[in-house]
Amino acid sequence: MSEPDSAIQIDDLVVGFGRHVVIDHLSLTVRRGETMGLVGASGGGKSVLMRAMIGLLPKRSGEIRIDPQIERRPVSRLGVLFQQGALFSSLNARQNVQFPLRENVNISDELLDEIANAKLEMVGLTAADGEKFPSELSGGMTKRVALARALALDPAILFLDEPTSGLDPIAAGEFDSLITVLQKTLDLTVFMVTHDLSSLASICDRVAALADGKIAALGSLDDVRASDHPWVRSYFHGVRAKMIHSPAA
Amino acid sequence: MERLLREAELRLHPASGGELDLTAVTALDTSGAWVLEKLTRESAGGAAVEVHGLTTSLSGLLAQAHGLNRRPSDIEPRKAWPQVQIERAADYMASMSRDVVAFLHLLGAVSASLGLIMLRPARLRLTSTVYQLFRVGWQAIPIMLLITFLIGAIIAQQGIFHFRRFGAESYVVDMVGILVLREIGVLIVAIMVAGRSGSAYTAEIGSMKMREEIDALITMERDPIEVLIVPRVLALIIALPILAFLGSLAALYGGGLVAWLYGGMSPAIFIARLREAVSVTHFEVGLIKAPFMALVIGIVAAVEGLRVKGSAESLGRQTTASVVKSIFLVIVIDGIFAVFFASIGM
Repeated sequence: MSEPDSAIQIDDLVVGFGRHVVIDHLSLTVRRGETMGLVGASGGGKSVLMRAMIGLLPKRSGEIRIDPQIERRPVSRLGVLFQQGALFSSLNARQNVQFPLRENVNISDELLDEIANAKLEMVGLTAADGEKFPSELSGGMTKRVALARALALDPAILFLDEPTSGLDPIAAGEFDSLITVLQKTLDLTVFMVTHDLSSLASICDRVAALADGKIAALGSLDDVRASDHPWVRSYFHGVRAKMIHSPAA
Repeated sequence: MERLLREAELRLHPASGGELDLTAVTALDTSGAWVLEKLTRESAGGAAVEVHGLTTSLSGLLAQAHGLNRRPSDIEPRKAWPQVQIERAADYMASMSRDVVAFLHLLGAVSASLGLIMLRPARLRLTSTVYQLFRVGWQAIPIMLLITFLIGAIIAQQGIFHFRRFGAESYVVDMVGILVLREIGVLIVAIMVAGRSGSAYTAEIGSMKMREEIDALITMERDPIEVLIVPRVLALIIALPILAFLGSLAALYGGGLVAWLYGGMSPAIFIARLREAVSVTHFEVGLIKAPFMALVIGIVAAVEGLRVKGSAESLGRQTTASVVKSIFLVIVIDGIFAVFFASIGM
């Protein structure tokens, strides 16, 4: 059952609210070092699955195992980029990036500032942007700052909740390439929930399609596109999907 | 439009069906199309109603309307009034018991967190606590002084006005002194703090909940209770007794001023009588209550804040609930303490 190179292994997971079962006996393995994209209908439980994986939602049954090598690390196991950024509104951008560092390691303010500025630069922002408060940041900048914060401690696994939603196509493309670069340089395992077909095509090694609380299809984008599950078919062969990506490509 | 529809229905009614000549129709909106569709669907009674004369673009809209509202309604049928009322009452009782459980749960969590802080004081968020103390303590002083000053003055004025008839004006000092130190000073300040700081706490914690900031904290393996709630509750517990003390002083000052200007009692006599009338016990009775009231205000504010769901409406509702519940509980606590102090003879 257990794959040797798995970063996260989910077995027979059930998550629900009241009488409503959202995730129904789902099993999934995220391999170390890969970028996995999760697609699914709106309200179909993608975020619920991700929140359960992070540990924000209780599970009814089943198991979520993080690679013991990662689990043993004292800090920086997981980094999470929430959909709206979830920056702490009382702190400016730099303090937001510094927060995980300040909480976990005892270093001087000077070094903290330098590290935070470096992280901001890595995500394509300037030191001056660090002075801004979350309310003063645009949507794209918020996501960048949130990414810098998620990466502050160089986590082993990065969770992204619709990283490109609300961004214009240029910004979304830049964000995609940013994630690819960071994933390569920091050797991250990335798990992303997305609706963005071009993100799926450009940065995901594997795609998992969630339908009816289960993984309906899993594999490379082409494998998933070839699936005969009705929902997956309509997702990847709908008008919008065709417009972006002709099957010949 | 509905009147026109009814007229048309009457004319069509013979079960033979009929024809609708819509040649004269030049414009049609979705609502109009639906009314036409309804006419052909219902009033025909099985017999076909033929529609002709529409331009192609308008008949497209009619064709669209043809497919609408066909699914059986999935709205549950409305329940009878008594049943609704009984269910509402049951929900209300259930929500009250949930309130108690949530309150005790958070009280326990905050106590546990405070216990850990006592063992390892470095865990305390000092910066945050001092900042909250500044907000709920220092910044609240002017408004608290003003309100309690006015309350003291009003009590004294009313006392003098009514006691004058019995020639017992001098007893107004006893009344102001005892009332302010034992009850009014701390009660007014606690109510003001619930409205001013409790609501702010709920709104802050609630909007952090809405913006997933609390989830972000959890993913960074920080305990939101330790980071967000303990500093706020602790700041209230420190600030409220101080504010109640200052408020009591302001109320006595207001009372003394009115006794002098309105009742003609010189300050020297007022102070001398005050010294006879009140003892340190009265003052203690008032101040002992303050930290407990602060704890309740803080916990209720946090419970309600953490209950905020995604919408702005929910934030507003929980903020209101926070203020109403904490003021209610402050008064209940005051009553419990009154019984307690009476029975131990304080």
